[in-house]
Amino acid sequence: MNRFLVPIVAFALLVVVLAIGIRHAPEKGTIPSALLGKPAPGFALPNLTDPAHTVRSSDLKGRWYLFNVWGTWCFECRAEHQTLLEVRQAGVVPLIGLDWKDDDTEARSWLEQLGNPYEAVAVDHGGRTAIDWGVYGAPETFLVSPQGLVVYKLVGPLTHEVWAREILPRVSRQSAAGT
Amino acid sequence: MRRFGTLPLVGALAALGLARLACAVDTTQMPTPELQARYSALTHELRCMQCQNQSLADSQVGLAADLRAEVRDMLLAGKSDDDVRAFMVARYGDFILFRPRFAPRTAWLWLAPGLLLLIGVGVFARVVRKRTALLGADPDPVDEDPRP
Repeated sequence: MNRFLVPIVAFALLVVVLAIGIRHAPEKGTIPSALLGKPAPGFALPNLTDPAHTVRSSDLKGRWYLFNVWGTWCFECRAEHQTLLEVRQAGVVPLIGLDWKDDDTEARSWLEQLGNPYEAVAVDHGGRTAIDWGVYGAPETFLVSPQGLVVYKLVGPLTHEVWAREILPRVSRQSAAGT
Repeated sequence: MRRFGTLPLVGALAALGLARLACAVDTTQMPTPELQARYSALTHELRCMQCQNQSLADSQVGLAADLRAEVRDMLLAGKSDDDVRAFMVARYGDFILFRPRFAPRTAWLWLAPGLLLLIGVGVFARVVRKRTALLGADPDPVDEDPRP
């Protein structure tokens, strides 16, 4: 009995450690953003639907917004588009788009065909702003607080579930505390 | 005859070298050999975030090309290797480094192998000591094997 005791205990400990590891990784395989809790990177980029104007991060200070990185070349972006339209309809948080390394004409016709969920879309041809935000694959969505901090990041399409579980509670908790 | 014998070999080697060049994903040329070496070292130790088991240097993905350009521009602007690493980590986190820094978050990653080795050595030493003690108590254990 004694000679099996140590290996069995060691094995049990290993099982516990691995079980905790699996439990605590709900978003399996996604890498935590280095920006969480940090100020959202600044940008000043041309507006897709109104090229004469500039979309500035400084103009967004003082309110919540969702920063959504997309492109017409991105398959998953089409999948989340319906949810984005619903988010716009809900009117809780405005969506600011970042059209990442895309063709402007195609991007505009995408919005005409599928509907435009965005309050404004910034155009990032060179991909430099996307790098500042630590973007590595579209779609990615960041929730930015009125203080200008990144409070949540989603890699992959936005779904109703993520909206209800991760985004809505954060926004309503914060605005309840503020009033 | 001997003199010409090496020529085909030289030719073959040159062709091999050219083939290697043609295969390379990244053909960036830095102005000095020193910068080229640093550029090459950095792009090999930074991860391509889209194809996570390739380095920036090996990846054909658009984002990897953008990040390589970023490394190139930073080096040309006179930034240090640590500046480049800090720039990448601030945006993409420790995961972008193939060789993570030693920090509270990564301490287990660095210490666990040594710790496991120590435990293994400890167990090994105990087993050896026990067996030596058994041998000492019974100089000829084979004769007294209870099995038939």
